[in-house]
Amino acid sequence: MSTEIHRRIEAVFRIESPRLIAGLARLVRDVGLAEELAQDALVTALEQWPRDGIPDNPGAWLTVAARRQAIDLIRRKALHERKEEELTREIEEQLQMSVPDLEAELDDHVGDDLLRLIFTACHPVLPTEQRLALTLRLLGGLNTDEIARAFLVPEPTMAQRIVRAKRTLSEAQVPFEVPRGEDMAQRLASVLEVIYLIFNEGYSATAGDDLMRPALCEDALRLGRVLAGLAPEEPEVHGLVALMEIQASRSGARVDGKGAPVLLMEQDRARWNQLLIRRGLNALRRAEELGGALGPYALQAAIAACHARARAPAETDWNRIATLYRALGQITPSPVIELNRAVAVAMASGPAAGLAIADALVKEPALKSYHLLPAVRGDLLHKLGRLDEARGEFERAAGLTRNERERALMLERAGKCVLTR
Amino acid sequence: MRFMMLMIPKGYETATPGTMPDAKAVEAMMKYNEELQKAGVLLALDGLHPPSMGARVSFRNGRATVTDGPFAEAKEVLGGYWMIQVKSREEAIAWAMRCPGGDNETIEVRQVQEFEDFPADVQKAAAGFEQMQKQVQGGAG
Repeated sequence: MSTEIHRRIEAVFRIESPRLIAGLARLVRDVGLAEELAQDALVTALEQWPRDGIPDNPGAWLTVAARRQAIDLIRRKALHERKEEELTREIEEQLQMSVPDLEAELDDHVGDDLLRLIFTACHPVLPTEQRLALTLRLLGGLNTDEIARAFLVPEPTMAQRIVRAKRTLSEAQVPFEVPRGEDMAQRLASVLEVIYLIFNEGYSATAGDDLMRPALCEDALRLGRVLAGLAPEEPEVHGLVALMEIQASRSGARVDGKGAPVLLMEQDRARWNQLLIRRGLNALRRAEELGGALGPYALQAAIAACHARARAPAETDWNRIATLYRALGQITPSPVIELNRAVAVAMASGPAAGLAIADALVKEPALKSYHLLPAVRGDLLHKLGRLDEARGEFERAAGLTRNERERALMLERAGKCVLTR
Repeated sequence: MRFMMLMIPKGYETATPGTMPDAKAVEAMMKYNEELQKAGVLLALDGLHPPSMGARVSFRNGRATVTDGPFAEAKEVLGGYWMIQVKSREEAIAWAMRCPGGDNETIEVRQVQEFEDFPADVQKAAAGFEQMQKQVQGGAG
């Protein structure tokens, strides 16, 4: 039974747990064990704090409690990484530290420890779904039930997923460290991918979903901001944060009064959150100021920023968007990006120019069942007055989409392709 | 969830124009702000000049009246605010409790209303703005 004081203690723990787990993981060299110790410390806190009050420095208190448990646990389990006596002695020494010294020691290591924890939770040896779950558990401060609800699986399933992730890391003897040199780029890409996947899971939530789902956008943003503070010299981190801030800025405008999705160009821009837009533009500027060519997240953020800066649809800088899509397509070639470029070019230079690009995609096998290709071609053909061909394209799009609203819209547009005489 | 932490410093209601906090207090507060930022929860923060530099606008029967500060009847005034993004009311309170506030300072924690919080008829009233915009712009969009 959760009382007010228990909820407050849990809130404090949510704030402290990433750093707590990270510091313990550095010590015991195993994130699974570190998390167990952190949970034990929480249990102790739930027992003692209602009686004694929440301590002034809860982080230090929890660390001491966890390290005491560590000594007990180490004596009961066999640790392969470090000699038992050596580790026990080290922890005992630290337990002798005065509180200000302990706080200073924690402060010194905390940035590095958190980075190590992020990279470990997102390690490529884990399947993606385990990376998502473990990241939310260890760094997001979510409990298993919350993560289960967010991903629409039963709680025991999620619990198993997390257990398996920890076991894999243990068995693979994944070192608790920040990657160096050549590894860094790929490992960082894995971290950014995890964060963005969490964001997209939240972004795809629909009205009526468990509230944990749209909250995933906030969880991802929080993780991204933390990472930006820990790795400020990495432009793609700022790029990802920028992209998420700006996308999140539109959440109040994405859905109409009846719960139907509203296209970006038709959204009520008065409902775009200007604070998040400003934060996104600032993060994008930081990415740009770090120099070098923009990476894929920063480019996507730059495209989102073009829309965000336009107070009305007519003010959109389509030329810039087209240029950005071209740059994006050069780093991460994709027919979908090319199709988006076609739309931007059409807006900037007229439907014929855009259609030329879209026509070249007709033979693309990847887009064979992609309803947006005929939808875009239909729109451009309509603008060029080629109504018979436009109708054909809209009908093809209607046949390809599985979304009822989309189908209705495509059929409606097909119906309007009639020459008036 | 978003919350505002509203700083209410006792005595600010009579502070003279140009009053600034002292350096030590600022240093402690900067550290706190950095903590909020590093935790990824800080959305915005600002300090406010004292009421003696401000004004109040009040309304009666659709007419507005301006009064320059300071405001004799005001017992509590705002010194500044933070806006934070957290998972719960308890977490917002936990953060407020970490603030290095002085003996004269109180933080009021208030949840920010999200659009979804509003009942259907208010949402509809707000949605009407979009329709109006469209009509004004001649249906362009």
